Amino acid sequence: MAVARLWRHIPARYNLIGTECQICGGLYFPPRTTCPTCRRDGKIIERKFKGTGEVVTYTIIYSASSTFRRQTPYVLAIIRLDEGPQLTGQIVCNPDEAEIGMKVRPIFRKLGEDGSSGIIYYGTKFTPLREASK
Amino acid sequence: MIGITSYGAYIPRYRIKVEEIARVWGDDPEHIKKGLLIHEKSVPDLDEDAATIAVEAARSAIGRCNIDPKEIGAVYVGSESHPYAVKPTATIVAEAIEATPDLTAADFEFACKAGTAAIQACMGEVSMGMIKYGMAIGADVSQGAPGDALEYTAAAGGAAYIIGKKNLIAEIEDTSSFTTDTPDFWRREGESYPMHGGRFTGEPAYFKHIMSATKSLMKKVGTKPGDYDYVVFHQPNGKFPLRMAKMLGFVEEQIRPGLVVSKLGNTYAGSSLIGLAAVLDQAKPGSRILMTSFGSGAGSDAFSMTVTDGIEETRGKVPTVAELLKNPKYIDYALYAKHKGKIVV
Repeated sequence: MAVARLWRHIPARYNLIGTECQICGGLYFPPRTTCPTCRRDGKIIERKFKGTGEVVTYTIIYSASSTFRRQTPYVLAIIRLDEGPQLTGQIVCNPDEAEIGMKVRPIFRKLGEDGSSGIIYYGTKFTPLREASK
Repeated sequence: MIGITSYGAYIPRYRIKVEEIARVWGDDPEHIKKGLLIHEKSVPDLDEDAATIAVEAARSAIGRCNIDPKEIGAVYVGSESHPYAVKPTATIVAEAIEATPDLTAADFEFACKAGTAAIQACMGEVSMGMIKYGMAIGADVSQGAPGDALEYTAAAGGAAYIIGKKNLIAEIEDTSSFTTDTPDFWRREGESYPMHGGRFTGEPAYFKHIMSATKSLMKKVGTKPGDYDYVVFHQPNGKFPLRMAKMLGFVEEQIRPGLVVSKLGNTYAGSSLIGLAAVLDQAKPGSRILMTSFGSGAGSDAFSMTVTDGIEETRGKVPTVAELLKNPKYIDYALYAKHKGKIVV
């Protein structure tokens, strides 16, 4: 990934900073620069999401690209944040623990890296809420 | 008065038992357990490193108190396993706790005492009035070469401390350090694993430095071992801190509460700081604590502290060290080797 693109993603990836339209109250993650409802009349501001939410659906990845091959099998899920927006994220748990409706909370992990000499990407993954010690 | 405003610890979920490492290398596990007083050690997940551990510890410290991260004027991360050779871990932590951009940040390196050196730097800046709060972190995913004695102890974990003048949970009365050029343990640039001087790491390194720093601190503060409720020393194994305590005139009841190494292993820059966190988790207002770190190379930083009434308000907000040590996931040596990147694919 280009360094500039990675850098632009840091607030969203580290701290789930998305956006909110002050006109219609729409909440967006990943952040949007314009409100799809209010269009040019919208007023977009930053909005931080808590990171707790529930699993809408999930899949277990067995065959991954080279960056993620060491982590297979892993759980990739669509998570509905408590505030409403949905996002795709990795759930750190045994694949047989994953279930639809499971409550999750955010954790800070390595998302990937550009080989052994390139940039390391950090950001948010999720873990079952019941695992208080993780 | 300067002191600790908040603290937080983080320990990865995975563990490997001494028996499993001994099975692979043909060692006698009972001999190792008796010699090191270690039963198991923590292992990082595949996507954890010193930066992610530092962030989790830092967020725990923020979660325990009510201070705005923007009031933190310095973030210092001590580690000997910083993910980048050039690109500070402290910048990642500062961003992840939203303390950026009006602050200073740097990475510290002094083997296992880099985190306590960072605490001293924060103390200096807070007392000068340069910053309101400073965050000092010790975090490591420690390295030990396959088959080396270090492999039984080199673990993963970290702890973060917010140093300030306000909202204190413990006042730091004073600190003393003792530093010499003693090559007991080292890792050369570009090398994957450290080397050490075997038995040389004991008397002229660990014992001499901790003893000197601790004695000089007690002389400065005017205390004796009996004045403290708790004592914490760097924990490379279970045996060294117990022997150190005895040599200095402390009793086992003073050192046991902070001795977490037998279920955790040696978390290097996190070691004495996680031990202190375990003590703060259970200390009462008025409790006196003495902590002395040790970093190979070599040096020790000693701190004399008294817990304040403020500690009671911080309970139950984030996991304690005892809670972080609960519900481990045990893995075998093959998975451990994969987690630690010892299998190159």
